[in-house]
Amino acid sequence: MDIRAQISMVFHLDKCIGCHTCSIACKNIWTDRKGAEYMWWNNVETKPGTGYPHRWEDQEDYQGGWILNGGEIELKGTGKKRLLKNIFHNSTLPVLDDYYEPWTYTYSDLFDSPQGDDQPVARPYSMVTGEYMDVKAGPNWDDDLGGSELYAKNDVNYDALTSAEREDLHHLQKMVMMYLPRICNHCQNPACLASCPSGAIYKRGEDGVVLINQEKCRAWRMCVTGCPYKKTYYNWQSGKSEKCVLCYPRLEAGEAPACMHSCVGRIRYIGVLLYDKDKIEGIIHQDEKQLIQAQKEAIVDPFDPEVIKAAQDCGVSTHMIESAQKSPVYKWVKEWNLALPLHAEYRTVPMLFYVPPLLPVMGNISHNLYDNNGDQFFTSIDDCRLPIKYLASLFSCGDESLVRDVLKKLMAVRVHRREVTTGDISRSQADDALSQAGITAEEAEAIYKLSSLCTFDQRFVIPASHREEAIEMTKMVLEHKGEVGFGFKEDPERI
Amino acid sequence: MSQFLFGVFPYIASVLAVVITIYEYRRNSFHFSSISSQFLEGRKLFWGSIPWHYGVLTVLLGHLLAFLFPSAYIAFAKVPMRLLILEVISLVCGFMAFLGLVMLFKRRMLDSRINIITTNFDISLLLLLLIQVASGVGVALFYRWGSSWYASAVVPYLRSLWVLDPEISYIANMPFVVKLHVFNSFLIVAIIPFTRLMHFLVAPVHYFWRPYQIVIWNWSRRKIRKADQQ
Repeated sequence: MDIRAQISMVFHLDKCIGCHTCSIACKNIWTDRKGAEYMWWNNVETKPGTGYPHRWEDQEDYQGGWILNGGEIELKGTGKKRLLKNIFHNSTLPVLDDYYEPWTYTYSDLFDSPQGDDQPVARPYSMVTGEYMDVKAGPNWDDDLGGSELYAKNDVNYDALTSAEREDLHHLQKMVMMYLPRICNHCQNPACLASCPSGAIYKRGEDGVVLINQEKCRAWRMCVTGCPYKKTYYNWQSGKSEKCVLCYPRLEAGEAPACMHSCVGRIRYIGVLLYDKDKIEGIIHQDEKQLIQAQKEAIVDPFDPEVIKAAQDCGVSTHMIESAQKSPVYKWVKEWNLALPLHAEYRTVPMLFYVPPLLPVMGNISHNLYDNNGDQFFTSIDDCRLPIKYLASLFSCGDESLVRDVLKKLMAVRVHRREVTTGDISRSQADDALSQAGITAEEAEAIYKLSSLCTFDQRFVIPASHREEAIEMTKMVLEHKGEVGFGFKEDPERI
Repeated sequence: MSQFLFGVFPYIASVLAVVITIYEYRRNSFHFSSISSQFLEGRKLFWGSIPWHYGVLTVLLGHLLAFLFPSAYIAFAKVPMRLLILEVISLVCGFMAFLGLVMLFKRRMLDSRINIITTNFDISLLLLLLIQVASGVGVALFYRWGSSWYASAVVPYLRSLWVLDPEISYIANMPFVVKLHVFNSFLIVAIIPFTRLMHFLVAPVHYFWRPYQIVIWNWSRRKIRKADQQ
């Protein structure tokens, strides 16, 4: 066993209200710079919808991620074999127009215009060229447009649905949407990293954060193609690629990443997972149907004495192990089996998990009265407005049973709480639902508490990072006793 | 004058290039980048970058081989058919490089997005490269069988430079366009550290033998613990 620690995340989609506060928090801290205006390291998409960049899930077009080729895993559109072909012109690189051309307005016109008969207006102009422009696309241009013929219809996940099911999603009474907040998944088998010819991208051993060394990046831009989630971005001004850094300076100071800290719906959880690195090789070679199961098996129990011993031998700090034991992510992903990775079929072993949304149940109108479908109180999950097939295409490589199991549990928790709070459901009904979902009343209570009543410290369990110890790698600290501090000295100058 | 241009300037250019490049790399390797502009404009780049790179790399390989193994090269090119093939390949690649450069130059001047990130050094570099390739193609067209006489007439001069004993008599009576080609090449060498041309120095060759995944520890407890035990 080679035990490693990974700072990992869970997003509870039932709680996401699509307010984009996370995106703004991230933008203000990290990408409010020249060349980075178009980047949204954190973005929130409306599903069904096309996403950002446009149709990023279409790997036939963008050629991201890994594929299994005759039992061997290889990068789909990048990698050593294709370097010479790609390096002078990368034919699958998304260009600015696949994202959007960033713009701002001539606000000063509102103040400086001479007096006249008309109101002055602020005209939009490009933040790239500075020319006036007609705004035709943005990072959430299809925000809240689930069911639209223009956007939702082009959702890549529609491929999983029959044409009748697709049509259904566009009927006024059946229209549906959900939000999908996305950041870098800090994968265990990152395709961006494997694609980088310069070796500028690396995964941090201590906590698994995937970073790009700006000093080493040479703008070969293969990472942008390589990442199937399109979460590495090319800064056209500096000529360097950039990506979500999981706010590692904040993490090291014990603070939650800005997107998580600012989350209004409190949908985000962060914590440590311990995993067996030796099993990664096995996971990525699995058949698509077994991918998620295998990934979860590689995540080990932080209470198991053997695991603790192995983790210590592998150099995982005590703080990290303690943190893993308190990790909310472990509960969601492993203990309760409620969180699933996004598009695991790209085989990057993403370490950001989603609790799929239960969504409003299907209703009907008869005699001018709106009523739930089905005979159960909250109706059956098979009558969900968003077909389980669609959710399965996002979160379980098309395996509907995985999503159904999760939704059953979420529903059982609701039934259980309904019994506790209002009592219009009998205890036996609630127990039925719980046993069908395979959880106990205590577990349901715990799930309810971590979903609805979670405190800040329960959502964010961040280990001490011990940066102060890192210095021992390069310097003998005792020799520097009494000096004015030490650290990595670096010229801050940039062009 | 030609003593300076062909006997002294090559050394100034090379020393300048090497010293400044090393200094820059150590001081601020952040500058070393291909500064790709494909993100802002991809289509025209394809028609420029692809023919340019493949063309110029092939031609440079020919130059290099003749420089390294002149006698073998001359012997090889003695057979007329081989010479013809060599000549055709170089000429085609030369034209490819030239057309690619023209496309790149046009794109840089006319595309409004590319304009934004274009520096004076970018334009100077493109102009110098244009002169270089144009003069090279000119030599190939008007002074026939260059792939043969280059190895016997110019390579000795280059080799004399290499052994620090410049023998400019080899080059002194060459036609103007050949002289331009030689001088301009050293001019390009001189400006390497100031331009995006630096990217060929950091070509990602090591990618081919590194493992795909990289993990870096700031503070590897395992390593330090093992060191304790030993």
